[in-house]
Amino acid sequence: MDLKYPARKLSRSVLTMGNVGLQLLWYFLHILLSIWHSILAIRCFIESCFITCGVLEKYKSLNIAKLRYLAIVIESEDAHQTSKVVKLLQWLDSIGVKNVCLYDMNGVLKKSKEAIFGKLKNAKPIEEVNEAVTLHVPEHMTLEFVSYADGKEAMVKAANFIFVENLKRQNFGGEIDGQVISEPLLNEALKVVGCKGPEPDLLLVYGPVRSHLGFPAWRIRYTEIVHMGSLNFLRYGSLIKAIYDFTKVHQNYGT
Amino acid sequence: MHKDTGGITSNLLGGLCSCLRRCIFGILSMGPVPNHIAFIMDGNRRFAKKTNLAEGIGHKAGFSSLISMLRYCYELGVKYVTVYAFSIDNFKRKPKEVQSLMELMREKIEELLQDESIINEYGVKLHFIGNLQLLAEPVRISMEKAMKVTAHNKQRVLLVCVAYTSSDEIVHAVEESFKEIWNATVSNGTIGQLDRSPKRNGIRVNAQDSCEDYARQDADGSTDRSGKTETSSCNGMVEIAEEGKHDQGELPAIKLTDVEKNMYMAVAPDPDILIRTSGEVRLSNFLLWQTSTCPLYSPAALWPEIGLRHLVWAVLNFQRHHSYLEKKKKQF
Repeated sequence: MDLKYPARKLSRSVLTMGNVGLQLLWYFLHILLSIWHSILAIRCFIESCFITCGVLEKYKSLNIAKLRYLAIVIESEDAHQTSKVVKLLQWLDSIGVKNVCLYDMNGVLKKSKEAIFGKLKNAKPIEEVNEAVTLHVPEHMTLEFVSYADGKEAMVKAANFIFVENLKRQNFGGEIDGQVISEPLLNEALKVVGCKGPEPDLLLVYGPVRSHLGFPAWRIRYTEIVHMGSLNFLRYGSLIKAIYDFTKVHQNYGT
Repeated sequence: MHKDTGGITSNLLGGLCSCLRRCIFGILSMGPVPNHIAFIMDGNRRFAKKTNLAEGIGHKAGFSSLISMLRYCYELGVKYVTVYAFSIDNFKRKPKEVQSLMELMREKIEELLQDESIINEYGVKLHFIGNLQLLAEPVRISMEKAMKVTAHNKQRVLLVCVAYTSSDEIVHAVEESFKEIWNATVSNGTIGQLDRSPKRNGIRVNAQDSCEDYARQDADGSTDRSGKTETSSCNGMVEIAEEGKHDQGELPAIKLTDVEKNMYMAVAPDPDILIRTSGEVRLSNFLLWQTSTCPLYSPAALWPEIGLRHLVWAVLNFQRHHSYLEKKKKQF
């Protein structure tokens, strides 16, 4: 009994010291990780400067035709910076990227729509463009504003639309035979409830993490998702590099 | 004598690696550990080409990598692991390749069900996720058997996505939700209780016709600037349908929770990390619905080349952004 108590106390002390040791090593690993990310950020900055100055030859000509529709996901807390968003759109316009979808989770960009259109020349909302967006002659930019409500909730709205339509067709009764829902039917229903935009070829994420943050799921099946860092560190060279890297990608589409 | 020495050395080395790995996991466990990691196992064919091996050997090497990664994940304390084994799009490959992949899957499932496999070592419950009706019967039967045999396991879960795409999953979930609510609405006689006053029917039918006209015009590509009015009428009608409950005169509506519970992946929480090997930065129709707040990590290594260092790196980056991601999850 007398021997057990000090032994237990000793083992508890050893465990506590062990935990403290592991915790310190964990912090040390994360410090190393932060240092690594800082080195990467400096490298990206230098590369971006070289691209902007035209030092790197390969970035001078971009095969923009391959990028038919671009989506940009912006962290909602940064999306209030309308001037930065406008600057980004002006860069895209100058590069030749005319069809852009802007997404932020909370709909901050939707609220800034008027301010953004006010500062851009020749930009129209997608609702006013009737031909297939990816086919129009690039005289003006087409902008689409999307938020989380246009994702999962829009899919539910589309499902309810089909439900009500079927009720009417079946005269509010009867059995349903076979498969009712198909991908083309859902796509049509989504257009009816206001989700017009096509699938983007490239999605640029301006935020702390490479994540699509709830962008409409059915629209990003084969979309290249690239992390650009925070909107606070918006750089022209990084934008060019992301688009250039996209133009070099080859997809098998499962084959 | 030499063989014995070699055997002892490799055992010692194996033991040392295992010990080192447990130390690393001990350190990682001081921070938040992901509950669910998903993998897109890309690069088996490229690996085979790179190492001048037959394509089938590339897939077998891929399976060995899978077992290693499962062991690392389960040792770390990750409960759910999802892997993208075969997409519906992969049926477009040459029939011979598809057949050999199916055969390999069937063979490996049998291997996994043996006593000394990782499945029994960690008490892993197997789920085969996807449109299994698209698979040939022998493969489907072996999958159903594997799910039945491991159904009682509770400690860890392995979800293998086969004949899966997110598009198909979403369509299936909407279809199931639709059928549930249709049966509840029609067979329970809820429709008979509706107020069939002309005004009510008038609002719906008119809005419906407008929506159909709008949809037709949209499909034809003809210009119609009055589209906005129809859309808002449609949205209004859909909102009526959504707000409807089972009260007299109101329609029940499909809710987001109905769709989500009918997803194939409803058996697991959303993934905390998604790792795609081979450096590709797209999701290729995998877990699109479930990855809203999931960091995507794309190491350049091909799947058969993936190792512990890639997992450790992914987990460290997950821990770095954990508080931000938790904040985002609460906003949904």
